[in-house]
Amino acid sequence: MMQFMLLFSRQGKLRLQKWYSAQPDKAKKKITRDLVATILTRKPKMCSFLEWRELKIVYKRYASLYFCCAIEQSDNELLTLEIIHRYVELLDKYFGSVCELDIIFNFEKAYFMLDELMLGGEVQETSKKNVLKAIAAQDLLQEEETPQGFFEDHGLG
Amino acid sequence: MANAIKQVINEVAEKVKMPSTPTRLRDLIRQIRAARTAAEERAVVNKECAYIRASFREEDSQWRCRNVAKLLYIHMLGYPAHFGQLECLNLIASPRFTDKRIGYLGAMLLLDERQDIHVLITNSLKNDLNNPVQFIVGLALCTLGAIASPEMSRDLASEVERLLKSTNAYLRKKAALCAFRIIGKVPELMEMFLPATRSLISDKNHGVLITGVTLIIEMCERSPDTLIHFKKVVPSLVRILKNLIMAGYSPEHDVSGVSDPFLQVKILRLLRVLGHNDAEASEAMNDILAQVATNTETSKNVGNAILYETVLSIMHIKSESGLRVLAINILGRFLLNSDKNIRYVALNTLLRTVHADNSAVQRHRATILECLKDPDVSIKRRALELSFALINGSNIRAMMKELLAFLEKSDAEFKAQCSSGIVSATERFSPNRRWHIDTLLRVLIAAGNFLRDDVVSNTIQIISESTSLQGYAVGQLWRAVSCSSGSLQHDGQPGDLDLQGATLPISERQPLAQVASWCLGEYGDSLINGHTNANEQEEPVVAGEDEVVDFIQGILSSSQSTIITKQYALTALTKLSTRFSVTVGRIEDIVTRFGTHLNVELQQRGIEYAQLFTKHVALRPAIMERIPPMEHKSSQQGLTNGSSGGGGTLVSNGDDNMLMDDLSSFTTTSTSHSAPATKDSNSLLNLLGGLDNFDNGPSAPVFTNSKASTAPSTSNLDLLDLLGGLDLSGSTLSSAPISGPLMTTPTGSSTSSLVNNNLANLLSSPTTQMSAAVSNSSSFLIDGFLGTAPTPSPKLQNVTAYDKNGLKVDFSFDRPVDNPNLVIVTLTASSSYGSTLCDFLFQAAVPKTFQLQMMPASSTVINSGIPVTQVMRILNPTRAVLKMRIKLSFSRDGMTIQDQDEVKNLPSALWQ
Repeated sequence: MMQFMLLFSRQGKLRLQKWYSAQPDKAKKKITRDLVATILTRKPKMCSFLEWRELKIVYKRYASLYFCCAIEQSDNELLTLEIIHRYVELLDKYFGSVCELDIIFNFEKAYFMLDELMLGGEVQETSKKNVLKAIAAQDLLQEEETPQGFFEDHGLG
Repeated sequence: MANAIKQVINEVAEKVKMPSTPTRLRDLIRQIRAARTAAEERAVVNKECAYIRASFREEDSQWRCRNVAKLLYIHMLGYPAHFGQLECLNLIASPRFTDKRIGYLGAMLLLDERQDIHVLITNSLKNDLNNPVQFIVGLALCTLGAIASPEMSRDLASEVERLLKSTNAYLRKKAALCAFRIIGKVPELMEMFLPATRSLISDKNHGVLITGVTLIIEMCERSPDTLIHFKKVVPSLVRILKNLIMAGYSPEHDVSGVSDPFLQVKILRLLRVLGHNDAEASEAMNDILAQVATNTETSKNVGNAILYETVLSIMHIKSESGLRVLAINILGRFLLNSDKNIRYVALNTLLRTVHADNSAVQRHRATILECLKDPDVSIKRRALELSFALINGSNIRAMMKELLAFLEKSDAEFKAQCSSGIVSATERFSPNRRWHIDTLLRVLIAAGNFLRDDVVSNTIQIISESTSLQGYAVGQLWRAVSCSSGSLQHDGQPGDLDLQGATLPISERQPLAQVASWCLGEYGDSLINGHTNANEQEEPVVAGEDEVVDFIQGILSSSQSTIITKQYALTALTKLSTRFSVTVGRIEDIVTRFGTHLNVELQQRGIEYAQLFTKHVALRPAIMERIPPMEHKSSQQGLTNGSSGGGGTLVSNGDDNMLMDDLSSFTTTSTSHSAPATKDSNSLLNLLGGLDNFDNGPSAPVFTNSKASTAPSTSNLDLLDLLGGLDLSGSTLSSAPISGPLMTTPTGSSTSSLVNNNLANLLSSPTTQMSAAVSNSSSFLIDGFLGTAPTPSPKLQNVTAYDKNGLKVDFSFDRPVDNPNLVIVTLTASSSYGSTLCDFLFQAAVPKTFQLQMMPASSTVINSGIPVTQVMRILNPTRAVLKMRIKLSFSRDGMTIQDQDEVKNLPSALWQ
């Protein structure tokens, strides 16, 4: 089971964090700090896996963003790379060639997308189409609730 | 112009809106991003937080959603956001979908199962799980899966079970993963999900299939009964997998030409769980595993992910031998892959299977050795571990050649690990003594200052044992040191040690200097006489007395030599005074000068040794006698106690007769405590501090297994210390005042008068001394054992004292019948994930009514598959309740891990 997923920039700024196992806030911050520091110092030629405490860290860089997942000993590192890639593909489809700014300004949408791909640290949907369909339907529900023309003022803006 | 007007209008609009409309989320993000300094950002955030708080206080529900969303962004930047928790609950309770969506997102980010507030959420979840809108149910399920607590799981399990049977696949898959999390929290709830789970894997929807398989894996891993229950799904799983690999292209689930790899991997994992130790189930899956292994497209990462999972399954079940060979060959191909991730995975998996299928892995030895040259440290480290696992008696020469080459070129972080690995491998598999000594010397030369201490003591031990090669060793060492110190040119004898790379100054090779000093001290005369060839054909290495003394003087006067090295050198020099003839005057001169050395240890040594040149000159030849060959350590393989040349440690908190009678054990006391390790004593103090928690208050008996490899010369000197102390007290050994653990009293005066020949021998051979201590205690053990044999004491349950950070420590207990107050605890330390743990140090403390005696650990290095054992003897005369605090330190992959803990689950049978 995936324990947590972190997205951070090359400057070490956290862009998204998803914790599938309960941790005190202090521990979350420390883990994030440690991992960001460790991964940013690794050279691009090195392999994508790290042994860290009792977990395996799988990370991959896409443009300026690092996607970093912590998985358990019994999980498949290579497949975790595929999960990361799937998530990136979904974001890409949704935002239309996604960039870091999309994720910064629409972080809640990035979370919604992740929550349709994974649940409780496990993959829940293996079809890209189904994930995007579910997201589109929910976005539509949201739009219908917001009076036309007032979206900017009344929605999240 | 138009722009200007627009701007004015905007500003007016802002002003009019200001009191009612809060900053929009994207505007806030923009403002925060515009901040140029951390202080500026803080100001923006604080202002906004103040606004949000005020708005929350006014219970403004119109903007609640936007405010919580902003708070979530602020939270991600690391600012406190706990005051938004209740607002999330309010949003969830709102009928609007937008509110719920943000509310649940906030709940997942700001709450988790440890917070009391989240109990409040249970009711809202229950309502939403019954909502007619599938996406609202979906949000509730997602949140439940993320933050479920045990109570929440119990309250909502029946709702989840109902949704598991829903006709809607979107809800079924989410409910399946919720059930998976619920079982993780409350395993006894598994029962109620069983009937609905079975039908999940006959579903067509891949989302339902993969979540269903995930749920079944969790159930099978948690309960053996359920595992048997699900054995009958093996044929269905095989069919699904077959359809996946045989079916043509399906755009919906295709990933670079592979059909739904996510599902394939999950099914392979479930097959592994079901087929483990079950010949019948394994038989049913042999074919499909072979098909997956041969039919999977391997040009992309995704295909390799599946192959990797297949290999793991093949190795884990009772598969056919042909299939196992196929699996190892897949890993062999992985090793040649250009993708370093795949190479890494291959090495890791081979490391896990090497103990089961050594011969199959051997075939890929060359490839594995090739990986030692990989630039990536993760790969290098795995390859190194794997290489050591592959060494055996028949390949050791070839392997060692590669490993020594690696050692010479490797970075500092690998040198320690690699050299210790070489030392233990040579101990087990050396074809002959001379090769063994040659290899150890090469390690000393190549690893420089990065050697672990145990290599020095091991090398000395081996040289001392091999009486016929002592001269040879001293010759080779002389060649090495004289070459690297630059005073002599290497004359390149064929057949001699290859000293390439021996160009570092001796200060960069302290361990080499230490071994060389020791050997020169013991066997320096053979260097002068030219008895340094291993056989008649070879040219002996010869040196003059002055050259040798020059060399040692060089070490002693160099500011770059460590104190330990100087201690070795000074003792060696004194010893040489009885082996050399023309340079005795010079030696006396040098030794005497150390009487005023700044370092207390060296100064004391200087004064003591100087006495042997003046007042007690008659005693010198006897005291400086050659050390008899050290006994062979019984347990180089690291399976029994007392092997690594260190001292077992005994400390008592006062008048303990048993210890007093035992000279050897009490000398070891001093050894470990005066060992120059301030770090150790600090940690001891810490440990004592920690004892305050015990009812009995702070206590004195603390035992360390010190550094299992106290440098021999230090122990030498410490023994002298001890004698010094005894001499002062002017009494016999048995009445020596032992005031406590830190009893050594360094005194410089008139030590030698009491020192007789016998003691001197003991003095100079700490290792024999240690083994005496060990054999002594083991006879104790045997006594106890013999006592129990006829009437075995009740079997005591083993206890896991520690299982964290990759280290597992188990205790097994024994209570000899003839001494019911005694408990013998054997601890077994093993590495949980197959990685090698070094510098293992275990310390324990018990309340002061107990007496604890700690035997040395079998090794300081825990290799995967080879656990380390250590014996503790606990005397409990008052039959009090046993409590124990432990402190551990070890390093894994170069990282030092320290931890302490209280052993809670000690069986009460130990003191009843």
